[in-house]
Amino acid sequence: MQKNSYKNMPDENGHFGPYGGRYVAETLMPLILSVEAAWKEAKNDPAFWDEFNALAKDYIGRPSPMYLAQRLTDHLGGAKVYFKREELNHTGAHKINHCIGQILLAKRMGKTRIIAETGAGQHGVATATVCALFNIPCTVFMGATDIERQAPNVFRMRLLGAEVRSVTSGAGTLKDAMNEAMRDWVANVHDTYYLIGTVAGPHPFPEMVRQFQSVIGTESREQLLEREGKLPDLLVACIGGGSNALGMFHPFLDDADVEICGVEAGGHGVDTDKHAASLNGGRLGVLHGMSSYFLQDDDGQITEAHSVSAGLDYPGIGPEHAWLFDEKRVNYVSVTDDEALEAFQMCTKLEGIIPALESAHALAHVMKIAGDMPKDKVILLNMSGRGDKDIFTVAKKLGIDMGAM
Amino acid sequence: MSRIETTFKALNRPALISFITAGDPDYAQSLSAMKALAAGGADIIELGMPFTDPMADGPAIQLASERALKAGASMKTTLQMVRDFRADNHDTPIVLMGYYNPVLQYGLEAFAKDASEAGADGLIIVDIPPEEADPLLDAIQPYELDLIRLITPTSDETRLPKLLNGASGFLYYVSITGVTGTAQADSQAVAAHINTIKQSTDLPVAIGFGIKTADDVQRFAAIGDAVVVGSALVQTVADNAGNDQMPEMLRGQVDALSKALA
Repeated sequence: MQKNSYKNMPDENGHFGPYGGRYVAETLMPLILSVEAAWKEAKNDPAFWDEFNALAKDYIGRPSPMYLAQRLTDHLGGAKVYFKREELNHTGAHKINHCIGQILLAKRMGKTRIIAETGAGQHGVATATVCALFNIPCTVFMGATDIERQAPNVFRMRLLGAEVRSVTSGAGTLKDAMNEAMRDWVANVHDTYYLIGTVAGPHPFPEMVRQFQSVIGTESREQLLEREGKLPDLLVACIGGGSNALGMFHPFLDDADVEICGVEAGGHGVDTDKHAASLNGGRLGVLHGMSSYFLQDDDGQITEAHSVSAGLDYPGIGPEHAWLFDEKRVNYVSVTDDEALEAFQMCTKLEGIIPALESAHALAHVMKIAGDMPKDKVILLNMSGRGDKDIFTVAKKLGIDMGAM
Repeated sequence: MSRIETTFKALNRPALISFITAGDPDYAQSLSAMKALAAGGADIIELGMPFTDPMADGPAIQLASERALKAGASMKTTLQMVRDFRADNHDTPIVLMGYYNPVLQYGLEAFAKDASEAGADGLIIVDIPPEEADPLLDAIQPYELDLIRLITPTSDETRLPKLLNGASGFLYYVSITGVTGTAQADSQAVAAHINTIKQSTDLPVAIGFGIKTADDVQRFAAIGDAVVVGSALVQTVADNAGNDQMPEMLRGQVDALSKALA
């Protein structure tokens, strides 16, 4: 083990400093330990990675392109802005990376049923997709509120053969969907694998999802070295649970010259009670199997998150981000709903790329800072998903009646 | 000797453990309900600490938490309820049951001290497996508070020593793989597992999850040292919220369950 590295976490109990761990009901502990054992074995098995890499290439379409956004760069008038094009992946986002990885692990463990939670529906669609591919029954838990605002993805999941179960408890959003998935898992420990959709949940999920997603950063390093002959000066990615960001960041953590920035969803503003910025507006707590930063009141009751982007609408964050925040290795900022909406439109018009509202948060931050950076600097932005799914939300926000067009 | 130990030693029959959520549907009715449990013959009271995200609970207890929080319940009011109950009941053990985050935010040391001083006797924290329990165990160590461990159908022989290490008061056997108030276990399978557990410990074993009626109580009392009834009582509170007769109905229900143990 290297000393002074940011890449050696978590420890063997799944802790990232005070974060992470396994805060689950006893019923789940033996299963969590068996997932860990299976993961340890798989990650050291070249045959496992051969299978992952083959599917990454032929099914996901990897490597995803590295694209110089010239018009955006010219418009901002400063640093060069590159996009890592994860939105071109099969199913339109980075989520498919960890879904392929985890379904291979579930198969290896002999599990015959998959469950997942979803907010915007992107992780649900990606999970339903790999379950179709591997012919494994799949149940996706989704908040009743989200089902209403993400109807196209609900239909997509059902076409793919998944059962979408509506969750009416709480506010009917991602947090409640995750509670319900946990309840289902406790009741079906013998045959079910919980395919968690981000770098969160009990150990080993944060480490495992990071590992599958780090293909993003690993490819980026090579691609950018080839294009620019150097590493990027700044990485930018949006953060809900934090999977696309950690996938991009992790391979660069020990490169001291690379600045790293994570962008949280500021909703109406971090100083209001309507945002999803767990690091900048929350504090240490325990939920969903992990210790991390959460939005909560003084009594430790978890509060509702808000973001225009359903994929960032979660009151917690992956434990490794909490640790990187404390260590100050990554700078975490936030942008508001309005700033993200503006970036969404600008990117669409300037580059002909409709970004996911999630990725538009990262873009909004880049728009704030790129102009003040010298032209020889390089910003690498993770374009984590495409925005076709968001056009209804955006139309509504802009006051446009699509039925009347 | 702790109140929990005294209670088990004094009984020559299995104990009845009854559960309600603190502050459901409001503080006054919940305190009356708590007193009604004792009056009806509950040997131990398990008091739920409301939480927004009760991941191990079924619909009945989820809704109880929602009602309580809406009515202003907090960790402070829960501990106040324990204190108010203790003002005229010195004997019935109280076990606080809930999730880790509200305890953590209250402060582990402050919680241990205040819970103990209020008159609580034990803790069940659902989302703290032995792997994460050290900070909590350290905090309660100076006080007469038992950390009640949950043992489940998935706790095999490699897991058992870990669960027994640091356990005190009694053991809570979760009879199904699932959440509260839903399915019911096959009592023969439960009996077999409890026999195995008993070979490694002298602690009493309580059986809970899915036990609702006097018949259920009788069947599971035959194979354990205590039975826990929760969701069925919480449902009575829910169905009769705002009704002056609710505590009396609860008392009657507990009385019938208690008679099944005689």
